[in-house]
Amino acid sequence: MKLKLATMALGAAMAAGPVMADLVFPSLSYRTGPYAAGGIPFADGYADYFTLLNERDGGIGGVATKVIECETGYNTEKGVECYESTKGEGSLVYQPLSTGITYQLIPKTTADGIPMHTMGYGRTSAKNGDVFSHTFNYPANYWDGASGAINYLLDTNNGDLSGKKIALVYHNSAYGKEPIRTLEELSAKHGFELVALPVDHPGQEQKSQWLQIRRDRPDFVLMWGWGVMNQVAVQEAANIRYPMENFIGIWWSGSENDVLPAGEAANGYKALTFHNVGTDFPVFDDLQKYVVDAGKAAGAGDQVGTVLYNRGLYAAMLAAEAAKKAQEIHGTADITPAMMRDGMEALEITEAKMTELGLPNFGPTFSVSCENHGGDALVGVTQWDATNKTWSLISEFKATDGDVIGPLINEDSGAYASENNIGSRC
Amino acid sequence: MPDQLVFAMEVILNGLMAGVLYALVALGFVLIYKASGIFNYAQGVMALFAAMTLVGIMNGQVPFAHLINATFGTHIHYFGWNVPALLAIILTMAVMVLLAWAVQRFVMRHLVGQEPIILFMATIGLAYLLEGVADLMWGSEIKTLDVGLPQGINLWIDESTFNIFGYGFFIDNLDIVATVIAALLVAALVAFSQYTKQGRAMRAVADDHQAALSVGISLNFIWVMVWSVAGFVALVAGIMWGTKSGVQFSLSLIALKALPVLMLGGFTSIPGAIVGGLIIGVGEKLFEFAIGPLVGGATENWFAYVLALIFLVFRPQGLFGEKIIERV
Repeated sequence: MKLKLATMALGAAMAAGPVMADLVFPSLSYRTGPYAAGGIPFADGYADYFTLLNERDGGIGGVATKVIECETGYNTEKGVECYESTKGEGSLVYQPLSTGITYQLIPKTTADGIPMHTMGYGRTSAKNGDVFSHTFNYPANYWDGASGAINYLLDTNNGDLSGKKIALVYHNSAYGKEPIRTLEELSAKHGFELVALPVDHPGQEQKSQWLQIRRDRPDFVLMWGWGVMNQVAVQEAANIRYPMENFIGIWWSGSENDVLPAGEAANGYKALTFHNVGTDFPVFDDLQKYVVDAGKAAGAGDQVGTVLYNRGLYAAMLAAEAAKKAQEIHGTADITPAMMRDGMEALEITEAKMTELGLPNFGPTFSVSCENHGGDALVGVTQWDATNKTWSLISEFKATDGDVIGPLINEDSGAYASENNIGSRC
Repeated sequence: MPDQLVFAMEVILNGLMAGVLYALVALGFVLIYKASGIFNYAQGVMALFAAMTLVGIMNGQVPFAHLINATFGTHIHYFGWNVPALLAIILTMAVMVLLAWAVQRFVMRHLVGQEPIILFMATIGLAYLLEGVADLMWGSEIKTLDVGLPQGINLWIDESTFNIFGYGFFIDNLDIVATVIAALLVAALVAFSQYTKQGRAMRAVADDHQAALSVGISLNFIWVMVWSVAGFVALVAGIMWGTKSGVQFSLSLIALKALPVLMLGGFTSIPGAIVGGLIIGVGEKLFEFAIGPLVGGATENWFAYVLALIFLVFRPQGLFGEKIIERV
């Protein structure tokens, strides 16, 4: 009897053909803690895009996707725990959503052979794929952000910033200090004066910094902030009547969360970006039909179309496209993390592809290679309309200053390679 | 007058205003410590909880909406009405009284007679519980709080100082309002503890629990009352800080700003909290102005603690704290 049952089971299994495992995309989210307001929309956007692929397309290449969410609370130790507890699930790519977690995971993911994508954050010099084999930071990094801001100011000031004063208000942490070196180099190149003003964590009290800005009257203020620091800075700028159109934040200082508390006073504030804003893209119709209306939206389903939701959706789209590329390269739908890495390294995002995905002009076009894990470094600028409570993209995605950033990346990645005995692989 | 001196005067004025805001948070700690000897770690979270409740009531938000919707498959988030600010403040105060009762009934009552460190640990647990409940009840998105308080530069001061010094001082209208409210609050608290029956009972409990019990004072009632008053102070602090930055999780971190104030002013003195706040506010702002640029800035957080430590070395009980005398 037992033999008969076993034979039947074997026969049934053979008849059904090979069972594909789900394509696993871990989401190291932070829905709790001081930065939850920023973590929730990103996590929702990331999850919703994969739900859309499952519901509309039957997954990627016929294989269903599965998002495993692990709560980090934006805490580095918890982030590493999340990585350790999910890497055995067949996780294809990690998006740690924290520079601190990124730094901890670079050696771990490299040793484990799992790729990591740190879009717009993390270790900037990871752009050098010759050194950082498993870390990718396309389409833009912090130094691109610094250069993008200066390029935008050059564009809007007849190409001349000599004699101008630019203040950088930054979170007094490794993250906040990232753009300083690049801005110093750009200051020497373009002849503007740079004044760096650190703000201690969490940034609820910034009176000293804004009194100094009021006294020194810089022509422009750049901001590298996160969390409550952003809202307070925008409010303080409004209080001292600093012209909002001359105030530009990095992409982590440019969501609805950052400007809504200041109300009308925040009107005209600008922020850098590497993706478009709003819901005026065909993919959102599909999201509404297959995800939201079907009651399958992540979280409360109330974040669709916000800046950080769009960023999460964009990150998911790039991961899905890399997975498709990996399937194409290796001729199998059931890809491994190593194959995923190959897919990421061969990723090419064209406008035709973006249009095909229902995301025309949603993000910059770029390509990734063995040497270049950071893409083409194109950065745009958005502006807040307080009356309509909307962000708008007010510039094209434009090239940043590779002549300045390139040597800095080579210097930093070269030092990392020496410290860790990493040889050239490209 | 040299520019630097004029700027320093502006910095001192702003330091005084910032100090008042710190003192508002420190007051809540003092009230509970004075009456029960408990260092209430949850005071910052109480400010967050109070501010979230106020915004939730004002906006007609359904409490625990996400939980209700997930359980029953509904899609309700708002009642569809808005509550005027004053009524919302009164309703929030009622919620804070209810919270005070719950804390007393379910936590503190069971810990009477325990070591202070146990009570302190209990308030740590309470802080995390309250954080979670606040998130669950009202959601973790950043909320705009507008109860009609003015914000932005005070033009009268700007113009007056410009006429005198040739440079207009920046003073935030919100800081001026906070100063007035803090002054009224302190006057009311002092009057309450000195001239009312309940206030005198509170002081008696603070002096000696056993003696207070023996003359018929209800310890439970006094503690509920004290936690309610601390809840009210947390609400005021939450309104002030929430108006500045929006109501969000980080509000709970304002407690960090109160600690050096308490160390300096003493844990048992209401005027000490105010004077301590002013000294910390002016000290940190002036240090940042004068020394900050020489050492790369961002000195305020650590300098406040250095200042408090210096005072602590010479006056361990704080400027206005009760001197600790133990006979052996």
